Amino acid sequence: MRRVVVTGLGLVTPLGGDVETSWSNLIAGKSGAGPITRFDASNQKAQIACEVKPKDHEWGFDADQRVDSKIQRQVDPFIVYGLDAAGQALEDAGLTEMDQAMKERAGVSIGAGIGGLPGIEQESVNLHERGPGRVSPHFVHGRIINLISGQVSIRYGLMGPNHAVVTACSTGAHSIGDAARMIRDDDADIMLAGGAESTVNPLGIAGFAQARALNTSMNDRPEEASRPYDKGRDGFVMGEGAGVMVLEEYEHAKARGAKIYAEVVGYGLSGDAYHVTAPHPEGRGAELAMRMALKKAGMEPGDIDYINAHGTSTMADTIELAAAKRVFGDDLGGASMSSTKSAIGHLLGGAGAVESIFCILALRDQIVPPTLNLDDPDEGTEGVDLVPHEAKKRNVEAVLNNSFGFGGTNASLILAKVD
Amino acid sequence: MSDTADRVQKIVVEHLGVESDKVTQEASFIDDLGADSLDIVELVMAFEEEFGVEIPDDAAEKITTVGDATKYIEEHKG
Repeated sequence: MRRVVVTGLGLVTPLGGDVETSWSNLIAGKSGAGPITRFDASNQKAQIACEVKPKDHEWGFDADQRVDSKIQRQVDPFIVYGLDAAGQALEDAGLTEMDQAMKERAGVSIGAGIGGLPGIEQESVNLHERGPGRVSPHFVHGRIINLISGQVSIRYGLMGPNHAVVTACSTGAHSIGDAARMIRDDDADIMLAGGAESTVNPLGIAGFAQARALNTSMNDRPEEASRPYDKGRDGFVMGEGAGVMVLEEYEHAKARGAKIYAEVVGYGLSGDAYHVTAPHPEGRGAELAMRMALKKAGMEPGDIDYINAHGTSTMADTIELAAAKRVFGDDLGGASMSSTKSAIGHLLGGAGAVESIFCILALRDQIVPPTLNLDDPDEGTEGVDLVPHEAKKRNVEAVLNNSFGFGGTNASLILAKVD
Repeated sequence: MSDTADRVQKIVVEHLGVESDKVTQEASFIDDLGADSLDIVELVMAFEEEFGVEIPDDAAEKITTVGDATKYIEEHKG
């Protein structure tokens, strides 16, 4: 069977415009949260977010590094983030100069949960106020979700499968899992896989707040607002950004002497069949996804050292933990489990990809990132290492990432060190 | 350069992300400045906005160079 490994990484997050900056800030326990600066949020219930920082910030993102200024003007930020993260991943993998035969075997699978909501909002106002003749000719293709994959393919000449997953907050994990299968099935040798999102706009914030999904009680304490597993949690903090990785067939990677970070060994998918926004109260769908991923990996529960939880800082955290306990045991079989959403917020369609990259870096550096703000752990967390407050050095051979989305869509990925 | 030509050049530089010295009056949007048909639609909208002129589709189709745009605007602006 064709094995699939990770040979390049790219990140744009609220903690940095690249992989190493994001990761070192995450490990240092920094928070990407703050008051919303993108627009005047004074009339919103939620007035805070984890925004990608401007380039003059200590850990800001400079879009000009990899994305043409003309494209930046025509497309929504989620596409800019995705394009940049894809470029980073290709550079990291040493794949910026591929010959034509290689390009025909290299594809893209970068999705988003929502897509260009800020642009849809602006152009809708434009349409109502000024008429159809003032709507941008770039409106459609600058907002739709598969246009990260489209733009990446055009920019780098990649002619393999061009795919884009849309499964809400499971998008990033599904994108990686699906892309790994494309390589396994011999559709491609290389896949750029991941997810991106940027919905820090009035309609996005209002919509999630009205769905009672966002934290609205800590507008004066943004860095404390995302607190997974803590008794004081009351909703997620909106994040934004992108995570993209280069997946490559193992022999292909070895033959060109590529640096290999990890192997994609397990992928589980399921549906809750329960409710549009609430998870199944017993986490049955989550449990099925985790069990399927373990089975595909040929692993026992005790083989997993670190779980990057979906852990959004909502009531659903308890449900995920209960499901994880049923799969791994009351102490999670000795695994550490943390939610990095405590530091970067919830990147929706980007979450699973960014968090899988954090998992890979945990494998690389033998350290697991913390769950910030876990001051008063909820009932049911006893005996579980949720890595409160500070990163922790430990042995990490295999990791699992959970992602769950509206509609009851679940994905679990297992990544492991390559011998 | 006339005021109109100056402003046209500025809009083209901004929208197409090209160096200003390439935006001569003779420059073709598609052949010299790398624009596609949608970029031209967008440029025409920007000219309409900037100069308060209306450029109907049949007139817009005949605008292929920077100079064509400048000439049309000078002839039609109020």
